[in-house]
Amino acid sequence: MSVKRVKFTFPEDLIREPLIYNLGHAFRVITNVRMADVDEKTGWVLLELEGDHDEIERSLAWAQSKGVRIDPVQGDVVEG
Amino acid sequence: MSFATNLRCRECHREYPLAALNVCEYCFGPVEVTYDYDGIRKNVTRARIEAGPSSLWRYRDFLPCDAESAIDIGAGFTPLIRAKNLGKLLGLNNLYIKNDTTNPTWSFKDRVVAVAASRARELGYEKLACASTGNLANSVSAHAAAAGMEAVVFIPHDLELGKVLGSSIYGPTLVKVNGNYDAVNRLCAELAGNYNWAFVNVNVRPYYSEGSKTLGFEVAEQLGWQAPDHCVVPIASGSLFVKIRKGFQELAKAGLIEEKATRMSGAQATGCSPVATAWQEGSMNFRPQRPDTIAKSLAIGNPADGYYSLVQLKETGGSCGSVTDDEIVQGMKLLAETEGIFGETAGGVTIATLKQLAEQGRIGADEVTVAFITGAGFKTVEAVADSLNAPLEIDATVESFEAAYRALGPAVGVA
Repeated sequence: MSVKRVKFTFPEDLIREPLIYNLGHAFRVITNVRMADVDEKTGWVLLELEGDHDEIERSLAWAQSKGVRIDPVQGDVVEG
Repeated sequence: MSFATNLRCRECHREYPLAALNVCEYCFGPVEVTYDYDGIRKNVTRARIEAGPSSLWRYRDFLPCDAESAIDIGAGFTPLIRAKNLGKLLGLNNLYIKNDTTNPTWSFKDRVVAVAASRARELGYEKLACASTGNLANSVSAHAAAAGMEAVVFIPHDLELGKVLGSSIYGPTLVKVNGNYDAVNRLCAELAGNYNWAFVNVNVRPYYSEGSKTLGFEVAEQLGWQAPDHCVVPIASGSLFVKIRKGFQELAKAGLIEEKATRMSGAQATGCSPVATAWQEGSMNFRPQRPDTIAKSLAIGNPADGYYSLVQLKETGGSCGSVTDDEIVQGMKLLAETEGIFGETAGGVTIATLKQLAEQGRIGADEVTVAFITGAGFKTVEAVADSLNAPLEIDATVESFEAAYRALGPAVGVA
C-alpha cells in the first residue's frame, strides 16, 4: 500500500462536481481530506490518497483529465 | 546555543520536535520554527550582534542551529546602498537597495541554504538535495562541498549551460530531468519522500526558510537599528517576502528595535504572477499558474507561501505589482545605469515593480523604502544581451577611434 499527499485545485466549472467522491468510486483508492477552501469561483483541497501505487497514479491521471490541477501539498519543489 | 524550541503548524498550531518535517501530520499545513523569545531577550544585545562575524551568523541566536557547527562560506551581511540616483528618478527621497548579489554564489539562496545545510548536518544527514533552475542548485552544491557532504541536484533538461556550470564546478551529482515543469515538480516531491536525504526546500524547509529572516535583521541593523517604512520584495514561493517581516518582528520582540508597521509590497513577473493576480482581484485564494517568464528564479506557479503573502499584503497595507518581460529588462538596465548594480532578472522584476508602484503613488516620497536585489546579473546575461549597445569597433589608430566616437552623435565630443 502507498500513501500520497496532493493538492487538488478546481477550476470554476468543476466546483459543483462531486469529484473526490467519484474518484473514490472509480478507483480502489481511499481519499482523506485534511484541509480545503472552496468558494464559488475556485477551490483547493489537500488530501491523502491511500492504495496501490499504480492505482493512485491512475486516479490522479483521471482527475487531471477532468481538469483538476494536481500539485504536491507543500507547493512547488523546483525553485530558482 | 540555539533558542529554537519547536516546530509549530501555522494553521492548527500543533507542535512537533525540531526534526525534518515540513507539513503538519494532521492538517498538512506548513510548520515553522518557534523560539524562546524570553531567553533571546535576556541574552541578546545589539553589542553582541555587532561583535559577531560579518556574515548571517552574527544573528545566530535567532537561527535554529548551533553557530559553532555552522557551515559558513560567508553568506549574508551584504551591502545596503543609499540609492540616490534611482531615488531621484523615481521621486523617492529615502530609497535603499539591499544588494544580495554579493553572496558567495551570488544570490540570497546562500542564506537559506547555509541554515538548512547546517541543520541537516546536525540532524545527521549526509546528503543535501534540491530541485532547481539555477540559484538554489549553485548554493546547495557550494555548501555541500564546504561541509564535506554529498550533493544531489535535480535540474530541468533544458537548463542553460552557464547555470549548469555554476553548480557542476562544486562537484555535485547533477541529474537532468526530462519532462515539463509539472513533471519535474512531481518527481522531485516524490523523491523527497522516498529517500532519507535532506531536500533543503522540502523536508528541512522550516529551517531553510528561517535563513531569509536575516535579510530583515541586516536591513534593520544597517539602518541604525530601525525597521524601514516600506519594503519591495520579489515573490517566488513567498517565503522570502514573509520572512523579511518576521525578521523585523523578532528584533522588536527581543527589544532590539522599536516596533514599526512596515509596509510590505511584492513584485512578480506577469508571466508567473499568482499572488499579484489574486491581490489585484481582491481574493485570498491564488490560482496556480504554469510559469512563462524570463525571470526563471521567480517562476513558481504554485507558491508554498502564496496564501501567507496575500495575508501579509493585507495586514501591512502593501501592494503587489507584476511586470512584463520587457519591463524586467528595462528594470535591470535602470538599476545598473543608476546605481552600478547588475542584478539578475528577479532584480529587474523588483526595480520595474518599484517604478510602477512609485508612479502609482503607492510609495510615499519620504518613506524609508528598501528594494531587495536577490541575485547577480551574470547569471542571466542572455536576458539583456540583445538590448544593450554593441561596443564600438575600430582600427588601432587615433583617427579611427575619433571617427567612431563622433559618429555616436553631436552630444559626444572627443575634447
